[in-house]
Amino acid sequence: MNLRALLVIVALLSVAPIASARDARSEAKEQVEFGIKVAQNGLWKEAAYRWEKAVQLDPTYAAAWNNLAIAYEQQGDFEKAAKAYENAVKIDPDNLMIRQNYDLFKEINDRTKRRRDR
Amino acid sequence: MTARSVAAIASLALCGTLACTNFYEIPIETPIQPKMDVSAFQRVLVAGFIGGGTDDVDANLETVRLLRSQLRSKSGLRVIEAEALPLAQIAAKQVQESNGTSATPSAEGSADGQPAPVQQLPGGDNQIRNEKDLERYQGIFADVEFWKRLGEEYQNPLIVTGTVLFTPHQSSGMVIEQRETYDQFGRRVVRPVRTYMERKGFILTPKFIFIDGRTGATLYSEQFREEVLYNVQTNTPALSSYFELMDKLIPSFLNALSTQKVRGTRILLK
Repeated sequence: MNLRALLVIVALLSVAPIASARDARSEAKEQVEFGIKVAQNGLWKEAAYRWEKAVQLDPTYAAAWNNLAIAYEQQGDFEKAAKAYENAVKIDPDNLMIRQNYDLFKEINDRTKRRRDR
Repeated sequence: MTARSVAAIASLALCGTLACTNFYEIPIETPIQPKMDVSAFQRVLVAGFIGGGTDDVDANLETVRLLRSQLRSKSGLRVIEAEALPLAQIAAKQVQESNGTSATPSAEGSADGQPAPVQQLPGGDNQIRNEKDLERYQGIFADVEFWKRLGEEYQNPLIVTGTVLFTPHQSSGMVIEQRETYDQFGRRVVRPVRTYMERKGFILTPKFIFIDGRTGATLYSEQFREEVLYNVQTNTPALSSYFELMDKLIPSFLNALSTQKVRGTRILLK
C-alpha cells in the first residue's frame, strides 16, 4: 500500500464519526419535521412516535426532546413530559421557547401535584 | 429600487414565513386526571351546604343550583333533582340535641321522599359569619348514619355536600394602578402608578365533600379560597361576585369527578 492510499484511509476514518453524527441529525430532523406535520393535524400519538425515534437517533437534539415533551403533555403523561422537558433544557439551556414551554407545563403539573397531596 | 433588491426582499420574507420558520405555535389540551374514581356511581345528589357569611346571597341554594347545572352539562353522572337540604339547620339541630335533648339527628324523609323540614333554630344559618362559627357544625359530615340514610332514600348515589362561606371583605392600602397619559406628541401612554386605594369585595371559601351514598363515608374533600376586591366606588352586587369567584373554582370541583382539559399553546421546534 502506498503512502497516498494510507493517508486517504486515515482521513476517511477521522471524518467518519462526524459524518455519521451529521447523518443521525439529518435523519432525526426528518422525523421531527414529519412529527410536526402530523401534530398539526391532531395526530399526537404518531407525532410522539416520530419524536421518540428522533431522540433515539440523536439524543442531543433539544428540539426533538421539546416536541416529545409537548406530545406527552397533550396525552396527559406528566412524568414522561417532565423528563423530556428536563432533557431539552439541559441540552439547550438558553433556548427561551423551550423554557417557556417548560414553565407552562410546570404550572399545570405543580397544580395537579398540590391537589394530589391534599 | 432595482428588480434584484425586490427579489431579495421577497425571498427573505418568504424565507421568514416558510422555509426558515423553525418554530410552530400549536394549541394543546392537557388532560388532568380526576381525583376520585366515581365509576361505581351513576347518579349524583348535590344535597346541600352549610352556608354562611353574608345575608345577601343564599350560599346553600346558589351553590346547589350552580353545581347541579355544571354536573349536568360537564360530567357523565345523572343529577338527582331534589330540594336542597337546609344543612345548617339540620346541623344546628344535631348540635342542640347532642348538647342536651334526647332526640337523634335525622334525615328521615316525608311521604314524598324529601327530608323532613327542620325549623330555623337560634344559632342556625343566619348566625354563621366566619370559619369559627362553621366549626360547630362540621360534625354532621362525620355522621355516617345520616348520610347513609340519605343515600338509601336516593338509591345510593354519590353525595356532594360541604360548607360555603361567602364573606364581605374590605382592604385599603397602596396598589399599582395603570394610569393613562398622553406624551408631548399626543401619543397615549399607560404607566403603572402606586396609589392609595380603599377597596371592598368578597372572600369565598367553599369546602366540597364527596360522600359515598352506600356507606355514608367521606370519599374526598377539598377546600378552596378565592377573593375579589373592587374599587370602593364600584357597586357590584354580591351575587355577581359570588358567581365570579365560583367560576374560578368550578374546573377544580369538576376535576374531582371527571377528566378536565386545560387549554393552552406550546411551541414546536424544528
